[in-house]
Amino acid sequence: MDESVLDKLKTLAESAKYDVSCASSGTVRKNQPGGLGNTVGGMGICHSFTEDGRCVSLLKIMLTNYCIYDCAYCINRRSNDIRRATFSVKELVELTIEFYRRNYIEGLFLSSGIVRNPDYTMERLVRVAKDLRTIHRFNGYIHLKSIPGASRELVNEAGLYADRMSVNLEIPTEENLKLLAPEKNHLSVFQPMSYIQQGMMQSLEDRRKFRSAPRFVPAGQSTQMIVGATQETDKDILRISSALYRRPSMKRVYYSGFIPVNSYDNRLPALKQPPLVRENRLYQADWLMRFYEFRADEIVDETSPNLDLEIDPKLAWALRHPEAFPVDLQKADYSLILRVPGIGVRSAKLIIASRRFGRLTASQLKKMGIVMKKAQYFITCNELPMHTIHEAGPEYIRQQLIARKTKAKNEDDRQLSLLFTDP
Amino acid sequence: MLVFFYDKTFQGLLTAVFEAYSRKEFPEKLVATGEIPPLFMSAHYTIVTEEMKCARVWTALEKKVSREGCNMLAYVWLSEQPEAPDLLFRYLCKLFANPDAPYQLNFGDPDVLEMQQLAQKVSHEELYLKQFVRFQKTSDGLFFAPVSPIYNALPLVIAHFKDRFADQKWVLYDAKRQYGYYYDLQTVEEITISDDEHLSDGKLDESQMAADEKLFQDLWKGYFQSITIKERLNPRLHRQHMPKRFWKYLTEKQE
Repeated sequence: MDESVLDKLKTLAESAKYDVSCASSGTVRKNQPGGLGNTVGGMGICHSFTEDGRCVSLLKIMLTNYCIYDCAYCINRRSNDIRRATFSVKELVELTIEFYRRNYIEGLFLSSGIVRNPDYTMERLVRVAKDLRTIHRFNGYIHLKSIPGASRELVNEAGLYADRMSVNLEIPTEENLKLLAPEKNHLSVFQPMSYIQQGMMQSLEDRRKFRSAPRFVPAGQSTQMIVGATQETDKDILRISSALYRRPSMKRVYYSGFIPVNSYDNRLPALKQPPLVRENRLYQADWLMRFYEFRADEIVDETSPNLDLEIDPKLAWALRHPEAFPVDLQKADYSLILRVPGIGVRSAKLIIASRRFGRLTASQLKKMGIVMKKAQYFITCNELPMHTIHEAGPEYIRQQLIARKTKAKNEDDRQLSLLFTDP
Repeated sequence: MLVFFYDKTFQGLLTAVFEAYSRKEFPEKLVATGEIPPLFMSAHYTIVTEEMKCARVWTALEKKVSREGCNMLAYVWLSEQPEAPDLLFRYLCKLFANPDAPYQLNFGDPDVLEMQQLAQKVSHEELYLKQFVRFQKTSDGLFFAPVSPIYNALPLVIAHFKDRFADQKWVLYDAKRQYGYYYDLQTVEEITISDDEHLSDGKLDESQMAADEKLFQDLWKGYFQSITIKERLNPRLHRQHMPKRFWKYLTEKQE
């Protein structure tokens, strides 16, 4: 381990950074005697945050950034003239262990460019995970990328050492994938996904019979889609996500706002800025599907195939469906309370727990953390309903809530404004 | 106004609850012995902490609330906020005064809600410690990390670090409260460092570092720089997730 490693580390981190996934959640593993590390499950632990605000939980790194493929959206494509480097297995293992001992990281997230062929590459990824687990008795988190096109045997072996595996879908529809990455197709992505799925189901079944049966990818799998590089609408993207979430092993779908790394390629759109707001709205929609019991076709439909960039998808749904409101917080079911804009999972649970002791007032709700400036239009509580969506009208509420956000920036409070809306 | 004087320990607080019920009079304020009593004190009583009395209150509590509920009391106590003892006292009395209902779930009650929120804050500080502790390896193979949390959350994370780093000696030292914990591969013990002036900036002197420590610090800094996506810079979000008060101890944010 010497100074030359620093150059490699920088080069390979640069190459790995466009992969969004960084979660270290989903597995609980205690340390073994003589071993190093544990995983805490639950939320996972983020050890640092980069200056772009993304979390650094795992040592996200590539084994090599040499690649035989030439995908238009990827910084490591064959035809790019960038610095290339390769880690040896030993270097990478030592780096992981030493960073882990200093509490810099939760574990390793290893990916790789494809050298020679998918199986050759996959084998080397598995070697790293195997060395960490068996030789160094490392119990921290390991996230392995499954190389598209890798064989079933290798995926099965990787699953024994990794906590989570992922295969990136990258481009939501096959024709666009073919256009941007001619060497790839959807089959090469979905096949490893289903290997992981089958391995995981098999292991769960075995562990029901034998407690000592080995765990297989206990934290499931994840995937990533690039947003804004191709013409897909949010409806297409969310429909694919919701289909993926139907598989029990799929824990997370990540959305990555397209950053034009290869601006010379004219198959790609010329963007001034990465579509960060759209990415954020997609994550909100994703949350609605995972924690708020929304279906994809409720969030976006034929009439509005793209998410509203000005307001969040939950509020947008509520404004399109005034008939569902006002919700009586005293009597309504949990799932209905969850649908109210301004009430999250935590505050919905607080309401359910507290309401049997008496009627909740607006001031109590506010103290519990409910965003009353949003929720006021959609609920009835102890006070009489004042100005619900039926009286105010969706358009007025929309104006009010958007105005609040923009006001702070550019308006003078002393100046009265006249609000003319189109009839 | 009735005031109870107590010894400013958690056991003392539980004893105060016992005494309040046995004397059938409930104080409006708990004051540590030796502190200045409030202006409108009309009567006062001094609590003598007794193991038996405090154990009886705790047993009664364990029958009423879940393990997490009991833990919450410890979290609120460790917040070290000036209002915490009175809050705990009122909360305990309310729990015992409502034997039929699970009163700890009535978040419409301001005391119950405040307990929950204060415990939440301390538990967030606990998470911050798990996230932002940075060990530096010393020349004698010890991993050392100074911290200074705003709430006294260090005791809450010891089990986590003991399990995780079971095969390395480490010291976690709270520079603000001037105490810490030392793990010697077998047990964890509480320590104090007599001369801790040099800990204030969070960095070990290079002469005290292990031979390869500087290298790994540089590697980590280099990695941290490279992993940032320049097109997406968002300093506000960066500070929100990783508040500035931690920066002096974070290897990657040090010069």
